[in-house]
Amino acid sequence: MEVKNKIGFLNSGIGQKVTMALTGLFLCIFLIVHLTGNFQLFHHDSGLAFNEYAVFMTTFPPIKFVSYGLYAMILYHAFKGLHLAYKNTKARPVKYQVEKASANSPWTSRYMGVLGTIILVFICTHMSNFWWEYHNGPIPLTKYETSLVNGTMTASTYVGEIAGKKLEYNNADNTLHTVIIKDLYVVVAEAFHNIGLVILYVLAMAALGFHLVHGFQSSFQTVGFNHVRYTKVIQAIGIYVFGIAIPIAFAAMPIYFYLLSIHLI
Amino acid sequence: MKFTLQIWRQANNKAQGKMVDYQIDNINANMSFLEMMDVLNDQIIRKGEEPVAFDHDCREGICGMCSMHINGRAHGPLKLSTTCQLYMRNFTDGETITIEPFRAKAFPVLKDLIVNRGAFDNIQAAGGFISVSTGQVKDANNIPINKEDADMAFYAAACIGCGACVAACKNASASLFVSAKVSQYALLPQGQTERNERVLAMVNQMEVEGFGSCTNTGACEAECPKGISISNIARMNRDYISAAISAK
Amino acid sequence: MILDSKIPTGPLDQKWGKYKGDAKLVNPANKRKLEIIVVGSGLAGASAAASFAELGYSVKVFCYQDSARRAHSIAAQGGINSAKNYKNDGDSVHRLFYDTIKGGDFRSREANVYRLAEVSTGIIDQCVAQGVPFAREYGGLLDNRSFGGSQVSRTFYAAGQTGQQLLLGAYSAMMRQVGLGTVKMYGRHEMHEVVTIDGVARGIIARNSVNGELERHFGHAVVLATGGYGNVFFLSTNAMGCNVTAAWKAHKKGAAFANPCFTQIHPTCVPVNGDYQSKLTLMSESLRNDGRIWVPMHKEDCKKDPRQIAEEDRDYYLERKYPSFGNLAPRDIASRAAKEACDEGRGVGESGLAVYLDFADAIKRKGYDAIKASYGNLFDMYKHITNENPYEIPMRIYPAVHYTMGGLWVDYELMTSVKGLYAAGECNFSDHGANRLGASALMQGLADGYFVLPYTIGNYLAGEIFTKPIDLNHPAFVEAENIVKERFNKLLSIKGTRTVDDFHRELGKIIWDYCGMARTREGLTKARVMVQELRAQFWKDVKVSGTTDSLNPDLEKAARVADFLELGELMIVDALTREESCGGHFRTEYQDAGEAQRNDELFAFVSAWEYTGDNKDEILHKEQLVYENIKLQVRSYK
Repeated sequence: MEVKNKIGFLNSGIGQKVTMALTGLFLCIFLIVHLTGNFQLFHHDSGLAFNEYAVFMTTFPPIKFVSYGLYAMILYHAFKGLHLAYKNTKARPVKYQVEKASANSPWTSRYMGVLGTIILVFICTHMSNFWWEYHNGPIPLTKYETSLVNGTMTASTYVGEIAGKKLEYNNADNTLHTVIIKDLYVVVAEAFHNIGLVILYVLAMAALGFHLVHGFQSSFQTVGFNHVRYTKVIQAIGIYVFGIAIPIAFAAMPIYFYLLSIHLI
Repeated sequence: MKFTLQIWRQANNKAQGKMVDYQIDNINANMSFLEMMDVLNDQIIRKGEEPVAFDHDCREGICGMCSMHINGRAHGPLKLSTTCQLYMRNFTDGETITIEPFRAKAFPVLKDLIVNRGAFDNIQAAGGFISVSTGQVKDANNIPINKEDADMAFYAAACIGCGACVAACKNASASLFVSAKVSQYALLPQGQTERNERVLAMVNQMEVEGFGSCTNTGACEAECPKGISISNIARMNRDYISAAISAK
Repeated sequence: MILDSKIPTGPLDQKWGKYKGDAKLVNPANKRKLEIIVVGSGLAGASAAASFAELGYSVKVFCYQDSARRAHSIAAQGGINSAKNYKNDGDSVHRLFYDTIKGGDFRSREANVYRLAEVSTGIIDQCVAQGVPFAREYGGLLDNRSFGGSQVSRTFYAAGQTGQQLLLGAYSAMMRQVGLGTVKMYGRHEMHEVVTIDGVARGIIARNSVNGELERHFGHAVVLATGGYGNVFFLSTNAMGCNVTAAWKAHKKGAAFANPCFTQIHPTCVPVNGDYQSKLTLMSESLRNDGRIWVPMHKEDCKKDPRQIAEEDRDYYLERKYPSFGNLAPRDIASRAAKEACDEGRGVGESGLAVYLDFADAIKRKGYDAIKASYGNLFDMYKHITNENPYEIPMRIYPAVHYTMGGLWVDYELMTSVKGLYAAGECNFSDHGANRLGASALMQGLADGYFVLPYTIGNYLAGEIFTKPIDLNHPAFVEAENIVKERFNKLLSIKGTRTVDDFHRELGKIIWDYCGMARTREGLTKARVMVQELRAQFWKDVKVSGTTDSLNPDLEKAARVADFLELGELMIVDALTREESCGGHFRTEYQDAGEAQRNDELFAFVSAWEYTGDNKDEILHKEQLVYENIKLQVRSYK
C-alpha cells in the first residue's frame, strides 16, 4: 500500500511521546545518581564528602558534558510536555459539561502536566538556590585538616581566596592533609533552616512521586513495551521505587537539616 | 421510575449547543436506556417539538452506532457495555442523568447527540486492510495460524468502532481504535507484507484527523465496550517506531 | 411482465462454469468509464463494491448508517457454511446444495443454490486472506462446528461474532478501494427512488440525511444490497434502521417482488417485556441442546414461580409432540409449537407470551460448571437483559422475526425484472426457499458479492460501453426527485395526531398476529383490510416533526413505515394466495396432524408480484420451480 500524508517520526504524536518517554527515563536515571550523591550529606564529616562530590560533579569533563545534556533534557521534557498537553486540549475544543474521569483512570495519569509544572518550578528554585549560588554566588570556603597520623579531622572557616573550587595539599612532613574547598554543604544546611523552603521541597517531592507513579511505567508503554508479566514488574518499580522510595529519600534531606536546625536531632 | 434528564441540544453543526432539562416519568426499570429515550421523544413529538436526535441501530451492542456520554462517562456507568445495553435499573429512581454527545475535534456534532465519526473510516481507508483482491488467494488452510495468535487477533478485531475510546480519553486520542486494527493484522501472517506501511499510513491519517496523542491514562480501555486492551497501543507504537526507523 | 430466470443449460454442476465461460467481458479501459451504484454496505454490498472496484469499475456506495461498517450483517452470531470438507466427514458441494434446498422446503431454484454451494469454498479462502480471524484449532488450521439442518460440520466461525468479522473483512476490502479512489462512499444517505429510462435502471435519488438534500446519481448499473424487511413486524431482531424502502421503490419501478410471505421466525429470543419494547434479541439456538422447553399443563399455574410447579404439571410439548427430535426440532416447528402453547393460554411471564427454557435438569446432570462452560456468555447476556439468573430460574423465551427469505425477484444473474437493476444478499429471494438454514445467510451475501455479481454484471455492462453518463438534468431524474420531494413534503404536511411509531407498532401487531407463525384464510383476509385502513389513516393522521432540510430521524422513519404499510399488504396477499404450508409459511388449513402440508403439484413455484399502481391489486407471476436433480420429499421430524 502507498503511505500517504507522510509526517515524519518527530512530527507525529507517537514520535514526540517517544522523545518524552526517553528523556523521562533518562531523568529517572539521573535521579538515582543525584540521590546517591546527596547521601554524602548524611556523612558525619562536616560536609567534606559532599563538597568533594560537588567539585567532582562540576569539574570532571565527562560529567560536565552529561550535565549539559541533562539540562537540555529537562528543558525539552518540560516544554515538549507542556506543548503536547496544550495540543491535546485542542483535540477537544468543546468540553464535556459533566465528566467523571475518576471512573476510568487514575488521577496521576490525568494531571501529569500539573505535576510536571510543579516539578519545573521546584527545579528552578532548586537550581537558583544551590546551582546558581555554587557557580556564581559568594560561597564560603572551608578548610579541612586531616591528620595523616591519627586520622582526626578539623574543619574551620577559611578566609581568603583560592583559584578554582578546591585546593588540596599536604604539609612538608606529610602529617597533615589540608583541603580548602567551596562549602556547599553549609549553604544547604542553612537553606533548610527555612521552614517555607522545606515545605516547598517536600511538596515538590510528593509531586515528583505522583509524576513518576504514572510516568515511569507509561514511558515503557509508549516505547512499545507491554508484557503480560513484566509490565507488572515495571509498574511496581514505578510505584515503589520511583513513586515512593526516591521522593521520600530526597525529602528526607531538607527535613533532616531542618530538624538539625531546631535541635531535634 | 422518574428522572430529570439534562440533554445536549444542538440544532446543527454550526449552531451553539446547550443542555436542556426534561422530566420523564413512569419509566419501567426493565426498559433499555434507548427505549427510555424513545419514550422521551414520543413525549416531545406529541408536544409538537423536535425530538432528540441520537444515533442507534442494532440495539444489541455490536454495530457501534450508539454514542452517548452519560453521567460523565462514554456509554454510561456500566462496564463492557454500549449505550444500547444499558437498562434503567442501572440508574437510581429520581436521579438526574446528563446526556452529551461524544466530544472530539475529529468527531464534530451534527445534531444533538449525533456526531460524525467519518475520521475512523478515513483511517481505515488509509491502511486498515490487507491488499488482496477477490480471487487472488490460496486455500484457507494453507495459512496455518497459531491458535493463541489467532485468538489475540480476534480480541483486537472485536472493536466495534464506536469511538468510546476517543470520547473517554482526556486527549481525544484514537490510539485504541487504530492500534486494535493495526494489531489484528500485525498478529496474523497475512498482515506481514504490508506491516510497516500499514502502521505508518494509519498513524499518519490519525494525525491528520486531529486526534490528540496517547498519554496512557487507560481511560479508553476502561470504557471500551469490547474490552480492547491497551497492550495493542504498545504494539502499535512498537511497530510505528520500527517502521519509522526502517522507512526507506 | 415476462420472468426469464436465464438458467444456463447443461448439467447442474457445469452450469456456472459454462456461464462464466460464455459471459461477455469488458476490457479494462472501458471498465473505468462504467459506473456502478451499490446501495447497502452489508456483506453483499461491501463485498460486491470491493470486487467491482478491484476489477476497475467506478463505484458509488450508499448506506443509511454513518459508516459502512455498521450494516446489520454485523449482528450475525453463529457462523458461515462452506463445503470445504475440512473435517473429512463426507461434506461436498452437492451435500450443501441438497441440505439448503431441503431446508428451504423445496421452494428455491436448483441452479442458484448449486452455485451458492459451489462458490462457498472460495469465500472462506477470501476471508482468511483478508485477515478475518476465524476460530482455529491448536494445529493452526480452521475449526468448524455443526449447525441445524445438516449432519456434517461445515460451519466456520469467529466466536459468537462471525457476522461482525466477515463484515469488517468486506468493509476493509471496500475501504481499500475508497483509499484508492475507485469507490466513493456515501454514508448517511438513503436511497428513495430508482431512476429508470426506457425501462432500464440508470441511477438513484438519494437523500443526504445530514442536510436533507436530495441527490441524483447516475449509474450504468444499480445494485441493491439493502437487506431484509423483517422490521415490517415492528419487533424483530433486525436493527432499528433496517427497512424495505430501496427494494420497495425498485418494486414500484417494475422489479417483481418474490415470495414476500416467506419470513423466518427464530424460536429462541428474549421475549417481549412490555409495550415500550423497541427490539428483540436473539439467543443462540445452541441452547436447545441442553435446555428443556415447557409450559405449565394448566393455565392457572402460569403466574406461579416455575420452580414451584411439579413435574407432572409441566408440559414438555416438544418432547411430547416430536419424540425423535424433541427440543431440537427445526426452527419453524419449534416456533409454531411455542405459539400454540401460548395461544392456549399457557404462556408464562408478565405478557403470557413466553415459554420456559429450563436448564435445571442439565445442571443436575452435567453440573453447574459444565453448563457455565458451554453457555456462560449466553446466560450472562440473558441476565443482562432480563435481570433474571437463568442458573436458578428457567429462561423465558419466545419466537421472533429475524430473517426474510422473500425479496426482489432475480434471475440467475441476480438481475431483477428491471434491466440493469440487481439485487444481492437478503434483499433478493433467490437461495433459501421457504426457510433458511442457520449459517447460510452470511454465505449467500458474500457469494453474491464476491463471486457472482462481478461476473454477471460484466455480462450486462459489456453492452453498456457506449452509454455515456446521463445528464442529471434528464427528465427522468427530475421527475424521480420530484416524486421524493413531494412525498417528504406530504409526510410533513399531514401534521396529524399519531406518531410514526404508533402506526408502525400497530402494523407490526397485525402482521405478527395474522401473517406470523400461523396464517389462516380468514385471518389474512381480515388483516388485509386492517392494513389498508391503517395505511389510509397513516396518510391522514401521521405526525412527523422537524423539517426536510435537516437531520431528521423522525422523517426518515416515517418514510420507511410508509413503505412497510404497502409491503405488509403484499405479504398478506401472498400468504393468502399460497394455499399450502411450507417452511416459514404455515397455513393452518393445510396441515397433517399439526405438520406443514406442502402442495407441490399446485405451488412448486416462486410467486413474483408485479406492481400496478397505488392501492391497486398486484399481478401474480409464477416462476415454476423445476427439479431435475433432486426428488421432492416430505419433511418429518416426528
